[in-house]
Formats: sequence, structure tokens, C-alpha cells
Amino acid sequence: MKREPVLRVVGKLLIPYMLMFALYVQFHGDFGPGGGFQAGVITAAAVIFYALIFGLPAARRLVPEALVETMVAAGAFLYMAVGFAGLVLGGNYLDYFVLDPDPVAGQHRGIFWVEIGVLVTVSGVMLKIFYMFAGRGRAV
Amino acid sequence: MPAFASHYTYWITVLLMAAGLYIVVARGNLVKKLIGLSIFQTSVYLLYIAPGKLIGGTAPILSEAFKVYSNPLPHVLILTAIVVGIATLALGLAIVVRIREAYGSIEEDEIVAADRDAGDRE
Amino acid sequence: MTLEHLPALQVMVPLAAAPLIVLLRHAGFAWALAVAASLFAFGASLALALEVSRAGAISYAMGNWPPPWGIEYRVDALSAFVLVLVSAVGALVAPYARRSVAAELPREQHYLYYAVHCLCLAGLLGMTITGDAFNLFVFMEIASLSMYVLIALGRDRRALLASYQYLILGTIGATFYVIGVGLLYLATGTLNIADLAARLPEAQATRAVLAALAFITVGVSLKLALFPLHLWLPNAYAYAPSAATAFLAATATKVSVYVLLRFYFTVFGAPLVVDALPVPQILTGLSIIAIVSASLVAVWQADLKRLLAYSSVAQIGYITLGIGMATRDGLTAAVVHLFNHGITKGALFLLVGGIALRAGSVDFGRLRGLARTMPLTCLGVTLAGLSLIGVPGTAGFISKWYLVLGAIEAGQAWLAALVVLTSLIAVAYVWRFVEAAYLSEPGSGTAVAGEAPLAMLAVSWVMVAACVWFGFDTSFTVQGARRAAELMLGAAP
Repeated sequence: MKREPVLRVVGKLLIPYMLMFALYVQFHGDFGPGGGFQAGVITAAAVIFYALIFGLPAARRLVPEALVETMVAAGAFLYMAVGFAGLVLGGNYLDYFVLDPDPVAGQHRGIFWVEIGVLVTVSGVMLKIFYMFAGRGRAV
Repeated sequence: MPAFASHYTYWITVLLMAAGLYIVVARGNLVKKLIGLSIFQTSVYLLYIAPGKLIGGTAPILSEAFKVYSNPLPHVLILTAIVVGIATLALGLAIVVRIREAYGSIEEDEIVAADRDAGDRE
Repeated sequence: MTLEHLPALQVMVPLAAAPLIVLLRHAGFAWALAVAASLFAFGASLALALEVSRAGAISYAMGNWPPPWGIEYRVDALSAFVLVLVSAVGALVAPYARRSVAAELPREQHYLYYAVHCLCLAGLLGMTITGDAFNLFVFMEIASLSMYVLIALGRDRRALLASYQYLILGTIGATFYVIGVGLLYLATGTLNIADLAARLPEAQATRAVLAALAFITVGVSLKLALFPLHLWLPNAYAYAPSAATAFLAATATKVSVYVLLRFYFTVFGAPLVVDALPVPQILTGLSIIAIVSASLVAVWQADLKRLLAYSSVAQIGYITLGIGMATRDGLTAAVVHLFNHGITKGALFLLVGGIALRAGSVDFGRLRGLARTMPLTCLGVTLAGLSLIGVPGTAGFISKWYLVLGAIEAGQAWLAALVVLTSLIAVAYVWRFVEAAYLSEPGSGTAVAGEAPLAMLAVSWVMVAACVWFGFDTSFTVQGARRAAELMLGAAP
């Protein structure tokens, strides 16, 4: 598909905006529809779009398999690390109140890091699923 | 009649629920069963969210100008349920891909027949 | 500091082990981490059980949001009992899995197996400990999705179809449960189990609450394989990897029974469920059909794992029979059998895993004359089989004894006779194994390389020893079950 000039140009124009939109959705989860899961899916969609136009090997060079598998685990681990941080700082598990001297700022901080963990895991999982399905032999 | 008509969200919920379950039971194609399952789960999302909207309620963001807010809890619950549904669908499709590679078909009757023949030959 | 946070750590340590295993990616480290997490979970559950028996129910507010606004973890007599069972089985299966998984899965997948084992353990523990109805659904799906993966990792290609069918039925069950919880939320405005119990009497017996009860019953019955919703179980247990079958057979359905008990007796309450509705009669009827039909089908199976799977369906029938009696002794019997069947089936499937490793398959043709080459394994299977039947001196006898007592207390002596008679059918299918292993000549297909590996044999025999031990020393099981039964039939949760 990368021989098609229209697809190539439109893809190159759109993909940066898709990633930007994903970041917008990520950080506006507090105030509007959005959050980690939606942003993760949009990020993965941008990379999948790239893979559809420029081919799976190019996408694999851009986002290697090992990185994707690490993302899946690292995001979940980050979420749980925020929970354990609450424990270590004297509160309960997943206690955001103790993460900052001001409890409201602590809530903001906790949700911020937790949502980043969700973003990383969800985009990793979506990419992993795409790589697994697209990478299987065509002989079937 | 008005009460009947004003409960239209519940009627849609029941319709989707029944349609989804029927597809799961009646269709032999493994992917179609998964689609039926997704439709069934979607009806449950509607069951939670529709009653969450209060008449005259606005989005649940604190503001001086508004007194009545829609209930944010069903939205949170359904976000979770949607993610669980997607995970289930992804897992189901992954299993279907492997079944296709192992059996060469994704029709349930053909797979069961293949197992029966293999069992007879054992 | 640690003791007060033990309810959270109970679930979070196995849950955190899973991504850590995926990050480290090495099969040996993966196994070690899984064993460490399972042992921690077991220690935590023992500490919690001790604390609950001493001081009463423990409540833990996740994120420091007080219930009912926030999610609450609640350990009381019933959940502490089930926690000990699940974590004990997890702690035993994890070391066992090393040889078993190495024989049945390709090396690249080993670390994934252990990660999913930790996820499943965390999901089951979370289901037991949480005090929030929707949080229970989340953990239920974590556990169920992990189970579908564990089953699909089986060697035989039929494992894939078995996993798919379990996925469809299990997801329908979970969605029915969500519908029920949604109706309860619409009726009361809360999701916290204790708060639901407090608010439901005002909304008593409206159509929404009755519909919620029906949906939750059907949904959870799909998960606990109550007749006629048991069709996924034989295939799933027969084709999964041996370590997975051992873990699932001992824990998955038991935790679903716990969910049923929690909703029937804590949320809806005995007055509605037992007195006003015909639920006990329905449960009793279905249980009798389950026991008789599944035991009979088990006798005719060609494969030892399938035989034990059908036997599981029958034994779950005994548990729900105890629930149907709804008396103090009946509920005690149900909870005791939950534990005893867990350790019995766990022991059986662990031993069968050893046979599968050495003999290559567990077809009855392969098992002829097995006692000559695998004497300890066959002795273990026979002892655990005696526990299935309910011979005095084994754990199974204690459960049957309390079932009979419960039946007499409920004024239904014919049920007591039924319990004894159906145990005779169990004799038939246990006898099939004994006859094949001890009394047959080895056939052409039985080239067996000797006894099972020491690690697997040792773990299996710990479970077998537990079956015999809990037949004599019933202080933990019966007292724990009795406290749980009194809690359920008593006043507040």
C-alpha cells in the first residue's frame, strides 16, 4: 500500500495528529470523556494505521515486539506501584490522599500516574494483539 | 401508553439481550457466536447507563450554575465492563484463530465432526 | 504495618507477580516468583483466618475511601475459610507445576503459564475477599479469563474448543451476574455488599429484586457448573494442562459457590431466599439430578480425567444439596464439602498429572497394571478415591456425615438415604481405576518410565495426606464451616 501516493501522504499527515489527540484524550480524562483506556486505543490505532500503509515489518522496526511486551507488563506494574506507594507513605493500598501534603493534589497525582500506566498497558496490548493476528501465516 | 413508551430504553435493552443470546445459540460459526456475545454485553451497558441520566441533569462536573447532575457511577462501571468485554472478545478471537489453524474450519459442526472422526479412529 | 494491610496484600502480591514475571521473561525466575507469591498468599490467608477467629470480621477500605462510598475488602468467617483453601491449593500447585508444565508446554510459553497462574490466583482471592458487588465481577472476569487461557494451553487441539465453549458460557454467566447487580443497584443505589444487605429489606420482593436474584443465580450457577449448566466442565478439565486442571478443579467452582452463598445469605438474606421463595426446593432438585446423572456418566468414561471431571459435577451437587437444606448443619456440610472436595479433587488431579507425565495419556487402556510401575501414585489415587466415596477415616466421610445430619435436621430422612446410596455409585467409578491399576495385566500400550518425579509426587501426597488428616482432625474444617454457617444464618454480615 505504500506505493499509493494518496494513502502515503494522508497517513503521514494524520498520524501525528492522531497521536496528539491520544495525548489530549489522556490528560482530559479528569474533565471530559477520556482517560487512559481510550488514549491507549487511539495510540495503538495510530501505529496500526502506519502498519497498514507501510507494512508490518516497518511497524515492527518502529515499535519492536520486545518493547510491546514490556509495555504490557510495565504499565500494569506502574499502576500497582502507585498502589504500593500509598502503602509505603502510610495510607492504605491505592491511597492517593497521602501522595502529596495536600490531599486534593495527591488525588490528582495518583490519578495522573495511574492513567499513564493504563495508557502504556492498553496501547501495548492492542499492538500485541495486532502483531499476533497480522503476523500469522497467510497459508491458513 | 405513556409509561410503555417512556421506557423505550428498557425495550431496546431487552431486544438487544434477546438478539445477542439468540445469535450465540443459533449460529454455528465461531466468530458469529462472539459477535452475538458482544451484542448481549452491549445491551447490559445500556441497562446501566440509561437510568443514570436524570431528567434535567447535566454532566457530572461541579459547577455553580447547575443543581442536578447525572449519576457518574454507572459510567465508571460500564467503562470497566467495556474493557472486560474487549478483553473477552480479543481472547475469544485469538482462540478462534488457533482453532482455524488446528482444524481448518471455524464452523462448530465441522469441528465437532472432525473430533468425532478422530475419536472413532483412535 | 503489614498486618493491617494484609487484606490488600493478600490479593495484590500475586497480582503484582504477574507483570513482574512477564517483564523478567525467564522460565526459572517465573516459576520461583510464582511459588514465592503463592506462598505469601497462603501465609497471609492463615494470618487473616487467625485474626478473624480471634477478633471478628475485618474491614479494609481500598484507597482510604470509607465504605460504602469506596470499595471495601471484608474478611469474615466464610471468606477467611475459602481464602485458606484457595491459597493452599495455589501454594501446592505452583511448585508442582515446574515438571508438569515443562513436559506439556513448549519452553517459550512457560513464563506466560506462570504469569497467568498468578493472575488466576489473584482473581480468585480477590473474588473471595472483596465486599463490593461490582468489584467481585471484575475479579471474577480476571480469574475466568486466566482460566480460559490456562485451558487453551493444553497439548490436545480439543483444548482449544473446550476453552472457547467455556469462554462463551462463562461470559454469559458473568454478564447475567452483572445484570443482576445492575438491577440491585437500581433498586437500592449501592454496590457495597454489606450496604445492600442493609437496604434490601426496604425494597423487599419487588420484581426488580426477584429478577436480580434470578439473574445472579443463573449467572453464578454457570460458573459453578450446577446441572444443567455444567456442559463446559468435562471438556475443560480433560484437555487442560495437568497443573491447570489440578488448580481449577480445586478452586474455581468452590469460589463460585462462595459467591452464591454470599449473595443468598448476606445480600438477599435467608428470610427471602429460603422462606419466601422455592429456591431450596429448586436447588435440591437440581442437585439430586446432578449427583445421580453425573456419577452414572462418570462410570462409563474412557479417560481418567473425564471421569474425575464428571465426578466433580456430582460432588458440586452434594455442595448445593447442603445449601438447599438451608439448615445450620446443611450449610456446615456445604462449606465443609467445599473444602474437602477441593483437597480431594486437587490431590486426584495432581496424581493424574504425574500419570500423564509418565504414561503419556490417561486413557484407561494405558492404565492397566499401573500399580506395578507407579505404586505410590496408585495408592494415592485409591486413598483420594476413598475420600470421594466418603469412607470413614477420610475427609469425604465428614462431609457426607454432616449432609446426613443436615437432612435429618431438615426433616427429610429420604435425602439422607439418597446421600448414602449415591456414594455407592462413586464406588463404581473408583473401582474402575483400582481394577485397571491393580488387577489388570499391563497391555501393549503401557510402557511407563517409572514413578512420577519426586517434586510432583511429594506435593500430591501432601494433598492426599490432608484428605486423610481432615478425616480425623476436623477442628479446622468443621469449626470454620460451622462459624461460617452461623454467620450466614445469623444476623448481620
